[in-house]
Amino acid sequence: MEIRNLTCIGCPLGCTLKVALDNGEVKSVSGNTCKRGDVYARKEVTHPTRTVTSTVRVLGGEIAMVSVKTEQDIPKEKIMDIMASIADVKIEAPVKIGDVILADAAGTGVNIVATKDVARG
Amino acid sequence: MNTFTYDIVIIGGGPAGLAAAASAKRNGIDSILILERDNQLGGILNQCIHNGFGLHTFQEELTGPEYAKRYIDQVCDLQIEYKLNTMVLDVSADKVLTAINRTDGLFHIQARAIILAMGCRERPRGALNIPGFRPAGIYSAGTAQRLVNIEGFMPGKEVVILGSGDIGLIMARRMTLEGAKVKVVAELMPFSGGLKRNIVQCLDDFGIPLKLSHTVVAIHGKERVEGITLAKVDSHGKPIPGTEEEYSCDTLLLSCGLIPENEISRSIGLQIEPVTNGPSVNESLETSAEGIFACGNVLHVHDLVDYVSEEAAAAGKNAAKYIQSGCSLGKPGNSVSILPTGGVRYTVPKELTIDRMDEELTVRFRVGAVYKNCYLAVYFNDKQILHRKKQIMAPGEMEEIKLKKSELEHFGHLNSITIQIEEA
Repeated sequence: MEIRNLTCIGCPLGCTLKVALDNGEVKSVSGNTCKRGDVYARKEVTHPTRTVTSTVRVLGGEIAMVSVKTEQDIPKEKIMDIMASIADVKIEAPVKIGDVILADAAGTGVNIVATKDVARG
Repeated sequence: MNTFTYDIVIIGGGPAGLAAAASAKRNGIDSILILERDNQLGGILNQCIHNGFGLHTFQEELTGPEYAKRYIDQVCDLQIEYKLNTMVLDVSADKVLTAINRTDGLFHIQARAIILAMGCRERPRGALNIPGFRPAGIYSAGTAQRLVNIEGFMPGKEVVILGSGDIGLIMARRMTLEGAKVKVVAELMPFSGGLKRNIVQCLDDFGIPLKLSHTVVAIHGKERVEGITLAKVDSHGKPIPGTEEEYSCDTLLLSCGLIPENEISRSIGLQIEPVTNGPSVNESLETSAEGIFACGNVLHVHDLVDYVSEEAAAAGKNAAKYIQSGCSLGKPGNSVSILPTGGVRYTVPKELTIDRMDEELTVRFRVGAVYKNCYLAVYFNDKQILHRKKQIMAPGEMEEIKLKKSELEHFGHLNSITIQIEEA
């Protein structure tokens, strides 16, 4: 039996959660005050995901960088792979919010999209 | 010199200014001008590229620029005028603004009402009393955020962050993602002012240590930061001798609090609240000068932009009402004080006139410490009218209560409303 300690992110209470795992299967969650803690703990120990936000360089734009994000959450362990996939990406202005900057980033099946308009400068 | 005239002039084109403008327009005012000193609308949201904005307003998680776009689109659709790259230099009590930009030069605007939406600024190194030389490599977290996210520069490679507010935590992750090594985040207080979510997703995810009750006691290096000394502090925030630890780094980021930017408010002679560092306002978010309103971070520092937008919309609506009633909000009438006690540090507003109230008034406040399993109590004069169980209240989370006009009227002879925390 493996015990994993987590801090719940559901509210400022920040309950210290103990998750008991057996062969990767959640046996119990304790330390939570409400249902949200239970749901969070089960997801966080089995398939934690994150949205990654960053910037990529714009060529010929009114500003140097355009902000971007993964269109959906990606597996947590892929965060640095996503960053590496966009490290050298340069995009020609104009950029529209929602434009796909990079399709299927780092083999996650998730697109990187612009989160800002950048006009030609 | 050009002199323009507008019904409502809004100083600041960030989230507060945009929402105030849209609301004033929807409430019937056509002659509105927004003055923004940066080269784009949206304010600080433009550099807050992380997600988590707008859950309350739009029921979806947006990044800062996406949230700003929603309001910029409203302002454009409503055909509200704005001037970018424009700095307001002075505002007189009779509502003449002096401003400057490269197109119009120096100019005056006679306004009938003004909405202050200048936002806030970060507490600088000079206000922290850290001894040492003044080497390159010391930035406020927000400056570093602008350099990385908008200008496209990395301020350094090895980083120490002082202060665990949300901007500091967000920048710990951002610098790490861009290849820097963030060695430690130090926090003077025994708790972090940042959201739990940010502690987990910005520090824990990347193995960055958070040292509570610690502060920077020395900065090393003459030309460029070479390292810092960290020490544990006692319960009074005083460094404990013998607890010093050395960290080598080329960059120190400071995330040590935000201060409402009220130089203009002070020059008008507005009454400023010592706790919030923002103007005193009444139920209409009107300052001590008639027809000058305030909203957003210039009034008091918010943690959620959603509440800034909400507050600013109220200011815009009230300013519209002021113009439409011939530059008056109506007779002052009996003023009711709102008194923060028992752990509540301040309230916005701090007084109200029942006749001038909307059907419902939101009173926002903060508590001074972490309270668990407590009660939020509200009294009309001496009579308790609310006793609500709260699992937790913390200084980093703005709280609010809603007051109903009908209930206040019905009570009769109301002099004061007290808001306090009661331990269970």
